[in-house]
Amino acid sequence: MSANPTHLAHHFADVRQQHDTATLGMWVFLVTEAMVFGGLFLAYTVYRVLYAAEFAAASAHLNVVFGGVNTIVLLSSSLTMALAVYWAQTGQQGRVPAALILTALLGTAFLVIKGFEYHGDYEDNLMPGLAFDEHAWGPHPERVKLFLVIYYIMTGVHAVHLIIGIGLISILALMARRGRFTRGYYYPVEVGGLYWHFVDVIWVFLLPLLYLAGVRN
Amino acid sequence: MSTVAVATPQGESPPVTRPVNYLNVHFGVRSWLLTTDHKRIAILYLISITLMFFLGGAAITVVRLQLLTPDNNLVDADTYNKLFTMHGIIMVFFFMVPSIPAVLGNFLLPMMLGAKDLAFPKLNLLSWYIYILGGTFTLWAVLSGGVDSGWTFYTPYSSKASHTNIIPAAVGVFIVGFSSILTGLNFIVTTHMMRAPGQTWFRLPLMVWSLYATSIIFLLGTPVLAITLTLVAIERIFQVGVFDPALGGDPVLFQHMFWFYSHPAVYIMVLPAMGVVSEVVPCFSRKNIYGYKFIAFSSLGIAVLGFLVWSHHMFVAGISVYEAFLFSFLSFMVAVPSAIKVFNWTATLYKGSVAFATPMLFAFGFIGLFTIGGLTGMFLASLGTDVHVHDTYFVIAHFHFIMVGGAVMAYMGGLHFWWPKMTGRMYPEFWSRLAAMIIFVGFILTFLPQFVVGNLGMPRRYYQYAPEFQVLNVMSSAGASILAVGYVLPLVYLLWSLGYGKKAGANPWLATGLEWQTASPPPPDNFAVTPVVTEAPYQYSKEVAVVS
Repeated sequence: MSANPTHLAHHFADVRQQHDTATLGMWVFLVTEAMVFGGLFLAYTVYRVLYAAEFAAASAHLNVVFGGVNTIVLLSSSLTMALAVYWAQTGQQGRVPAALILTALLGTAFLVIKGFEYHGDYEDNLMPGLAFDEHAWGPHPERVKLFLVIYYIMTGVHAVHLIIGIGLISILALMARRGRFTRGYYYPVEVGGLYWHFVDVIWVFLLPLLYLAGVRN
Repeated sequence: MSTVAVATPQGESPPVTRPVNYLNVHFGVRSWLLTTDHKRIAILYLISITLMFFLGGAAITVVRLQLLTPDNNLVDADTYNKLFTMHGIIMVFFFMVPSIPAVLGNFLLPMMLGAKDLAFPKLNLLSWYIYILGGTFTLWAVLSGGVDSGWTFYTPYSSKASHTNIIPAAVGVFIVGFSSILTGLNFIVTTHMMRAPGQTWFRLPLMVWSLYATSIIFLLGTPVLAITLTLVAIERIFQVGVFDPALGGDPVLFQHMFWFYSHPAVYIMVLPAMGVVSEVVPCFSRKNIYGYKFIAFSSLGIAVLGFLVWSHHMFVAGISVYEAFLFSFLSFMVAVPSAIKVFNWTATLYKGSVAFATPMLFAFGFIGLFTIGGLTGMFLASLGTDVHVHDTYFVIAHFHFIMVGGAVMAYMGGLHFWWPKMTGRMYPEFWSRLAAMIIFVGFILTFLPQFVVGNLGMPRRYYQYAPEFQVLNVMSSAGASILAVGYVLPLVYLLWSLGYGKKAGANPWLATGLEWQTASPPPPDNFAVTPVVTEAPYQYSKEVAVVS
């Protein structure tokens, strides 16, 4: 057993048990997270079925280029995250900080692009409550607003998760730079990676639901 | 696999006469507020939820006084709405949901598994702070003007019409949800990863199965409530449509999402209670539990089926008739695992040496009242009958039989059963039996008339009522005052017992669980030596007479 007693909490028998406990804890937490987004996906689905035409029309006005670029940015960050876990696991600790910093930077890039996109949405009068043209949308502007509200809530909740993730990854990068991780003790990187991949996967669902729903019209 | 960890208390000099336990290992407020010991966190929860229980009780006391006469004006109508809302929010989210899991479960789960602590001790402490933060928000909301939406926050009333403190109350409930999630996460991971050598799944006490099933509901249900309340808050703050029909939204969608959590929440309350009863009944009948695996799997069955019945709250809300059929059927189905448990407890009593000790009295109270509560639930699950009794006092009586007659009874029973373990002291047997009887009588007198008055047509939440309902309402209010005595009494004698109770010793009930194989109060790491489990739980022998 590659015991590293300084990292072993008193209530665990060995490092292996501690590692497995931490990763299981994150998996269980992700189940909860899936239910948070599940509630939003449900609301989206119900209104999409009820108001299919308006959802498609509103969706077509979202900026699919920004959405597409952001997908590439976020999936790249998943690659660097996976590399960080792999290098930590196989003892190449020197490479871990760079991979983690790159992950956090890509996550930040996503948020910056998203910010520009929100600004564009505002200028295009796609922001109910702040900038919205009631007369541009036919007989049911409230249904279009419903789509937009759900769009902002879903991407907003996703962005909050991303901000938390960037914070976590930054802390991990700092720990990695200080040489805290070894082959026997790298579960914080793995646990952080699980969270990061989850946030990415959510985006993979958001892209078609929000941006591609109206492309064919 | 795991090595035997010996954790004898060390560092103290030999003249120490008292054994080190979790209570005397450190002193001072700081040692409590920064503790990561699951036993101390359980005590923190116990103090907090007791405070909440009496606050929620105070609110309903005024409600029962208001309902003494048909056209009473003790409080005005708006205050009345705020009082029953305060009662509901506090009792559901801040007392019932955390009661058995966060107090007894926190204290017992690691000990029942033979572990030193929960898997994530810091998260456990964090969950208590989150509870306190959420409680502060909610208390501030109810005290600085109140909330009048009822504990259900139905839209569009909550998001549009109400002029009361909806947002802070919803934020408080949102926050406290994360305390439940962390507790559930901790319990599930602990049960998987922290079991002592030999502690296989089918050697686990049934309390652990119950807490595990409860944790599944915590994890799957609570986040949906959180996001639902977020949507209500967004609708209210930004005046945009999510559930408001005038803005294209669907208020029934809110009800679906709300009850997706809040119906399973009933099982969050009653599953741990069933776990307590499953521990108490074998101990005081000196018999192995009847049908261990049936009880264990029926807990999981309730957790799963409990997620598939929520629409029975909306039979009159305009849902499709086929949906109503389906949910009516599924609601009947959830009675099956509950009935299995009741039959198995009864069968356990058969030919046992039954002792009417206080925990057992509470357990009997649970079985009887839960059965009535469950069977009247069948009335409500029947589509035709539900139209008649929907939104009447019949519903109030039904769920109070489950939550108060069931879950609070079991919580009191569990508190008495494990009080000697938690404090090292016995409670006074006479006073505690008296309290159990008073609570039982007071409960019956409070809630049995409500079935009748509901069936006669008195709607719930009404401020004033038709004169012919007065006799039944007076009975109910009289019962509530007896119930109040029954709840204050344990507060007094349990506090008294801390100083003056008889020393309990490690195992006053001669019970079989791992938690009884260590000192009372337990040492900080629970066991001097990590136990090795070699047999199934509940290996009671009849020969040993139980103390009374």
